[in-house]
Amino acid sequence: MNYIFFFLIVFSIIFGIINGRTQEVVNGMLSGADLAVKIALSLIGIMAFWLGIMRIAEKSGLVQLIAKLIKPITKWMFNEIPPESPAIGNIALSVSANALGLTNAATPIGLKVMQDLQEYNEEKSSASNAMCMFLAMNTAGFQIVPATVIAVLVAVGSKNPTEIIVPTMIVTSIAFISAIVLAKLFSKFWTPQIISNKERSDSNA
Amino acid sequence: MLNSLSLYALPVIIIMILTVGIIKKVPVYEEFVEGAKDGFKVSINIIPYLVAIIVGISMFRASGAMETIASLFAPILNALSVPIDSVPIMITRSLSGSATLGLFTELAQKLGPDAYATKLCAVIVGSSETTFYVLAVYFGAIGIKKLRYALLVGLLADTIGIIAAVFVCSKVFLPNIG
Repeated sequence: MNYIFFFLIVFSIIFGIINGRTQEVVNGMLSGADLAVKIALSLIGIMAFWLGIMRIAEKSGLVQLIAKLIKPITKWMFNEIPPESPAIGNIALSVSANALGLTNAATPIGLKVMQDLQEYNEEKSSASNAMCMFLAMNTAGFQIVPATVIAVLVAVGSKNPTEIIVPTMIVTSIAFISAIVLAKLFSKFWTPQIISNKERSDSNA
Repeated sequence: MLNSLSLYALPVIIIMILTVGIIKKVPVYEEFVEGAKDGFKVSINIIPYLVAIIVGISMFRASGAMETIASLFAPILNALSVPIDSVPIMITRSLSGSATLGLFTELAQKLGPDAYATKLCAVIVGSSETTFYVLAVYFGAIGIKKLRYALLVGLLADTIGIIAAVFVCSKVFLPNIG
């Protein structure tokens, strides 16, 4: 991540100067910082709402029930997390929200999952295998109906906007499955998570 | 039909969670408020991570590097009958969601809904997520700085998705047009 950050910034500035677009690059920096804060702030309300709803779902045992139902799959995918943990149920909810295109619900639920997974994580500043697996599923963006794309196609006068649904479903499934397999593969070959006893006793702030 | 599935899914989920809560004698209001408390903290936690990644990407886009990369790939893509217009979207897809949607809308308006490039890009945009954004937000919320292989897996899956999109679309859409 350090190299990517360095590359994005330094390369863009040098390239901007060569291209005679220094002004645009500087503007990009300012507007990017502004946008980042706006996105985060706009999340607060919806985040609070879903974290509240999710807590009810957890207290009523609903999340644990879902976790039990999908146990056969998740035991393999998240072998470091106890299969009856609420984290597993929340993972199922998050993936379903994504699949249904409920972006407003998917992000808060997804962040709840990250908090759950952090409790099982030994090294608090480094990603666990379970987190990498969960994010692999998320970045692959499994979605049943690509509503936004269809809306754009309708707007430009497409006669048959839904024809893209089936190809999109095939492609998104391929990407989704590849992501899961890749994450599982990398978890075997990548440098293992550093386990330090000092961090273990620290409480998760 | 599928659209109404998306419309009703959310209300149904909320009703279900609250009803099960009441049946199981969960103090729903108190627990809701307790859970919601975290909303502010989580959102604020994300800011530094989001600033780093969005500033970097927005500078990268402004520098014009994307167009240069696109032109470098042009000969290979021509051979695979991939329209050159779709290349900026392929590159942007993992970087920025709003930029991708902007590019896609522009492309669809310019080439029309029936162009092969429009359909190919529709599939690419619809089948993937903004990897960089997801990683920044999700890891940012809990303060993870070492991503290990998460980014690599995300980008590899995106690449596989694009290859799959090119392949599937050429089978499904090309015979009808050309």
